Amino acid sequence: MDTGKSVGIKNRIRTITENPKFVNSTRGMKADFKKLLIKVFSFVVIVGICYVILSPIIGMIVSSFMSDSDRYNPMVYMIPTSPTLEKYKISWARMNYLPTMGRNLLYSITLMLIQIFICSMVGYGFARFRFPLRRLLFACVVVMIVIPDHTIMLPLYMTFKNFDPLGLVSLFAGKPLVLMGTPIPMYIMTIFGCGVRSGLYIYIFNQFFRNLPKEIEEAALVDGAGIWYTYFRIMLVNAIPAVVTVAVFSMVWQYNDTFYANLFLISENIVISKKITTLQSVIANVDKILDTSIQELYLSAGVVLIMLPIIIIYVALQKYFIEGVERSGIVG
Amino acid sequence: MKKRLTLSQKRMINGYLFILPWLIGFIFFYIRSILLTTQFSFSRLSVETVGGYTLDHVGLQNYVYAFREHGTFKQILTSSIFNMVLDVPLIIFFSLFMAILLNREFKGRTLVRAIFFLPVIMNSSAIATALRLSEQFVAGGISAGSSQMSTETVSSTVNVSYYIDLFGQLALPNRVLDYIVAAVSRINSIITASGVQIVIFLAALQSIPSSMYEVAKIEGATAYETFWKVTFPMVMPHIITNVVYTVIDKFAESDVVTLAYNTAFTTEFNYGLSSVFSLVSTAVTCLILILAVGFLQKRTFYYN
Repeated sequence: MDTGKSVGIKNRIRTITENPKFVNSTRGMKADFKKLLIKVFSFVVIVGICYVILSPIIGMIVSSFMSDSDRYNPMVYMIPTSPTLEKYKISWARMNYLPTMGRNLLYSITLMLIQIFICSMVGYGFARFRFPLRRLLFACVVVMIVIPDHTIMLPLYMTFKNFDPLGLVSLFAGKPLVLMGTPIPMYIMTIFGCGVRSGLYIYIFNQFFRNLPKEIEEAALVDGAGIWYTYFRIMLVNAIPAVVTVAVFSMVWQYNDTFYANLFLISENIVISKKITTLQSVIANVDKILDTSIQELYLSAGVVLIMLPIIIIYVALQKYFIEGVERSGIVG
Repeated sequence: MKKRLTLSQKRMINGYLFILPWLIGFIFFYIRSILLTTQFSFSRLSVETVGGYTLDHVGLQNYVYAFREHGTFKQILTSSIFNMVLDVPLIIFFSLFMAILLNREFKGRTLVRAIFFLPVIMNSSAIATALRLSEQFVAGGISAGSSQMSTETVSSTVNVSYYIDLFGQLALPNRVLDYIVAAVSRINSIITASGVQIVIFLAALQSIPSSMYEVAKIEGATAYETFWKVTFPMVMPHIITNVVYTVIDKFAESDVVTLAYNTAFTTEFNYGLSSVFSLVSTAVTCLILILAVGFLQKRTFYYN
């Protein structure tokens, strides 16, 4: 009764303040004008910044469709007069696109799955179990995020150049393994929770699991589910936003990573982004296209080709992803 | 004889089992590596053809060389740090500002958010290198810098120096003016570097209970006051998160890292010196982080 009355009053107030019929005092108009000004201002700023972000991408896409004559014609701006797919064809062939991209996606996706699995496990362990040294060990996770990769690059290089953990390999094979030039070091590091930005993912999962209600697990435990069953079938399923976030992040960063790819000398037949750095000189040497501004067109076609899968994945997962970032751990 | 474990003991063991893979990795790849890097920095390392390496202890020689004889290390280190210190506040303010703008309800909000996150998705250093190379090819190597500048002045219809003069006549201190000019000329790199930060701030803004704004409104606070008394203190903890993230991110792509990498693997094959570069720059970064976090933490208000 009482609340109904107050709602009625509120509505009346709202009609008075928001209905333009009632707002004819100069003060109301001033406020309206101010609001409009702010709206216009924020619109302009947002559109401007979107333009700054998008313009290089648009420029790249446009120039990848340009033919040679378009390039030499100063009148051509934004819309090529005679668009062609020739640049794509040659870049496609020179990068050996499909097989390389297939290998690269296989590499990034398997690593992504391992990351999700291991990091969620570790994050869960930190979030839900009490054990001695827990706080200290979690501080180590933060240290892992903070320490730049290049501090540890030399020992990693040395380790994987003659891979011989605890002397086991030389015990069986007679000599240490050389893992340089293969993606195996990356897999080993990721399995042991030290892959590309694993610390961050552990942190995200930890924050997310901490915010989940404990009752779910308790119910599962009472119903007789073991700890591992609870983790796989209940907690991981509930952590979908965090999983999507980590999946996109790890996929993208793994795909774009050149630091580890260079450090472990992973072949450019597996990591396609290594090919883009040499694409221009390959085109110059193989196809005898010597005008640098024409070479640039091929390069932008190559860049578009390389970015394509990532963009598709991002657009497909975008909605869940932004939500996931907001709901899951990054914000503690 | 077999003693039954209590529930808490069982859970303890399970906890260790859950973090075990990471623990092994951390000890083997991080702790061991950091110790090794420190050891390398005090020695001359020679790689043997059969595999393996030998270390000769040389004391502080590498450090002395890095600081007193090496041609570019000090310059690169200081310029990296300077760039970082310049960029971090800009990125933080810019992303907070953008987050507040994006937090309003408007049509196409999801699209705009997706666009703002694009630079993070497309941040591939390989592609950046390729594009830079091609720019150099087009402009013709050494002359690249000057020719680029000349095209810029021709193509831009805005006379930048006129505006700079104008601000100079407003009697702004030269330092401030320089900073503003540098900030404006970096706008592109700032926008591309603040994708993650914007998302973090957005999430922070959404976690502020709306009752606080209602109270502020009822008490008659203006928008300006509401921002400084409600919004800002509530996002303050996330400013720390963002500062840490930005510093690390900026540092990972700074020139010192490239220098350390090149010294070890492409130019000199001097592993000891490279370790010195890595260690010194990491130490400096950690120092900056500790100072910044300490400084901010004192001024931070924690809601919970």
